[in-house]
Amino acid sequence: MFDSLQERLGSVFDKLKRRGALSEADVTAALREVRVALLEADVALPVVKDFVEKVKTDAVGQDVLKSVTPGQMVVKIVNDHLAEMLGSDHVALNLQVTPPAVIMMVGLQGSGKTTSTAKISKRLTEKDRKKVLMTSLDVQRPAAQQQLAILGAQIGVRTLNIVPGEQPVAIAKRAVQTGALEGFDVVMLDTAGRLAIDEQLMVEVASVRDAAKPAEILLVADAMTGQDAVTVADTFNQKVGLTGIVMTRMDGDARGGAALSMRAVTGCPIKLMGVGEKLEELEDFHPSRVASRILGM
Amino acid sequence: FTKKKLDDESIEELEDLLITSDLGVATAAKLTSNLAKTRFNKDIEPREVSEALAADIQAILDPVAKPLEIDRTKSPHIILMVGVNGSGKTTTIGKLATHYKAQDLKVVLAAGDTFRAAAVEQLQIWGDRTGCEVVAKETGADAAGLAYEAIERARAQQADVVLIDTAGRLHNKSDLMAELQKVIRVIRKLDENAPHDTVLVLDATTGQNALSQVGTFKELIEISGLIVTKLDGSARGGILVALAEKFGLPVHAIGVGETANDLRPFTAKDFSRSLMGLENASD
Ligand SMILES: Nc1nc2c(ncn2[C@@H]2O[C@H](COP(=O)(O)OP(=O)(O)OP(=O)(O)O)[C@@H](O)[C@H]2O)c(=O)[nH]1
Ligand SMILES: Nc1nc2c(ncn2[C@@H]2O[C@H](COP(=O)(O)OP(=O)(O)OP(=O)(O)O)[C@@H](O)[C@H]2O)c(=O)[nH]1
Ligand SMILES: [K+]
Ligand SMILES: [Mg+2]
Ligand SMILES: [Mg+2]
Repeated sequence: MFDSLQERLGSVFDKLKRRGALSEADVTAALREVRVALLEADVALPVVKDFVEKVKTDAVGQDVLKSVTPGQMVVKIVNDHLAEMLGSDHVALNLQVTPPAVIMMVGLQGSGKTTSTAKISKRLTEKDRKKVLMTSLDVQRPAAQQQLAILGAQIGVRTLNIVPGEQPVAIAKRAVQTGALEGFDVVMLDTAGRLAIDEQLMVEVASVRDAAKPAEILLVADAMTGQDAVTVADTFNQKVGLTGIVMTRMDGDARGGAALSMRAVTGCPIKLMGVGEKLEELEDFHPSRVASRILGM
Repeated sequence: FTKKKLDDESIEELEDLLITSDLGVATAAKLTSNLAKTRFNKDIEPREVSEALAADIQAILDPVAKPLEIDRTKSPHIILMVGVNGSGKTTTIGKLATHYKAQDLKVVLAAGDTFRAAAVEQLQIWGDRTGCEVVAKETGADAAGLAYEAIERARAQQADVVLIDTAGRLHNKSDLMAELQKVIRVIRKLDENAPHDTVLVLDATTGQNALSQVGTFKELIEISGLIVTKLDGSARGGILVALAEKFGLPVHAIGVGETANDLRPFTAKDFSRSLMGLENASD
């Protein structure tokens, strides 16, 4: 469906005579194609604009004779910048606090918080030999607490017992207390999905944070997210303060530009990605692979 | 407002506005170049520009705005709900059930998501809330068999509508799409015209990947219409305009919240005006 950026740029440069160095006009022509490629990959417009400016500064004046084709050179510059913006190294979860380390999951409705809570818990239990307690603070969605309890049973991770009618802040406090008393290393807090513009629920999640003092606050976001990614990431970051991002549904065919948008507006590392519905389908985030994917290469 | 010449700069601003609403580069460019053709360099108020664009968008959307009507002679009218993970299928079934019950229709819900943890329990709660019978089996059961049984059960009770929930699946997973094809094959043993509607539930937060979602679902299981959820959020759902242009599939309704009554008819005029930041007559 999408031409690869390489082909697109090739056609731009075919029209140009080979010169010693890339002129501003050459670069501008090429970057129009980059702009379209990024927008089609759902990178948010303000982020695209910034990105294109940066690449332009870098590309003007570069010696194209050294490269096989000017198109390839621009693709390389673009790719390198993208990977750098996505974060050059994998950033691990921060558990270096007095136990229990609290990890709080936040995000829009249906983004994959509950599933990711179970995936992270499974990994921490099996790979890192941590003792994990999972807790659902979702008193909103029908059967949400049950969903986490069932997942807990599937992976052999304890979930905090459900007390009907108990509200999120109280549940969070009980979870942290239980975690401390019973020697858990990690307490996972799964929260209800909420819209960034829902003032009341954003205040609620901030109160949970104040009560539980999490070491990690992870925004769980769908890789298929469109232009709204900047609003979502920026609002959650301002109202709750994020420490990282989990991109879910990377097993789809979306080009995943939302990852770049969210990283750019929050400065938070993308720590993990979901690559399936099964609980072992969680991977570390690989910036360079995602950069190529955004560019459709 | 003062009049201003419609120049390259103002056209670019308009195009940007459309892009940030997820209409996509191609649709945004087409709409703005249409506008430029007729009004370039003419003095025009900003409001007039927005009104003109809203009218052009409405013209694209008008033909697809069609409610999901129940044919009482079908008894039961069988509706299959499909879509990618987490888009809002189960919740939308709860909302539709509420809507049809209010029309005095007898509704049966089929818990066809036999995969996800607590999917059955979730639908069961919607059944309790709406007073509809839920036909369900244990997690791991065969989804096609469950759908078959739900239709038999609905027939026995002379129900008017069966709403079949399915597990979320990404369109690029061929095994999961084949499973959906099997559900359709099996229920056709009971009624060769079933499902009478196959509704793809789409999250308004989705960007350009919606084109791929709709294209693949349509190709593999003949989608008959769309319902767009989560329009109560900050996402504008502009991808609907690109979808209408490309596929022309009916848009039946929009979801604007998590409760039973948060389903609204899709109105081309209201949607177009709110995309352009214009107030609606109903506001
Ligand atoms: N394909 C795929 N599906 C996923 C992934 N992560 C989660 N899901 C699915 O997405 C759907 C929603 O996941 P949940 O974990 O319930 O989402 P949530 O954010 O907790 O939803 P709410 O609590 O309602 O806000 C389920 O069908 C999951 O199986 C992923 O990485 N890939
Ligand atoms: N704000 C808002 N939330 C919605 C809307 N529709 C559904 N939701 C929420 O989105 C989340 C996912 O909804 P579900 O109905 O479980 O989605 P699903 O498509 O059945 O998910 P899977 O079965 O896991 O694929 C839930 O938290 C719902 O409450 C809507 O129109 N607006
Ligand atoms: K909206
Ligand atoms: Mg959840
Ligand atoms: Mg469901």
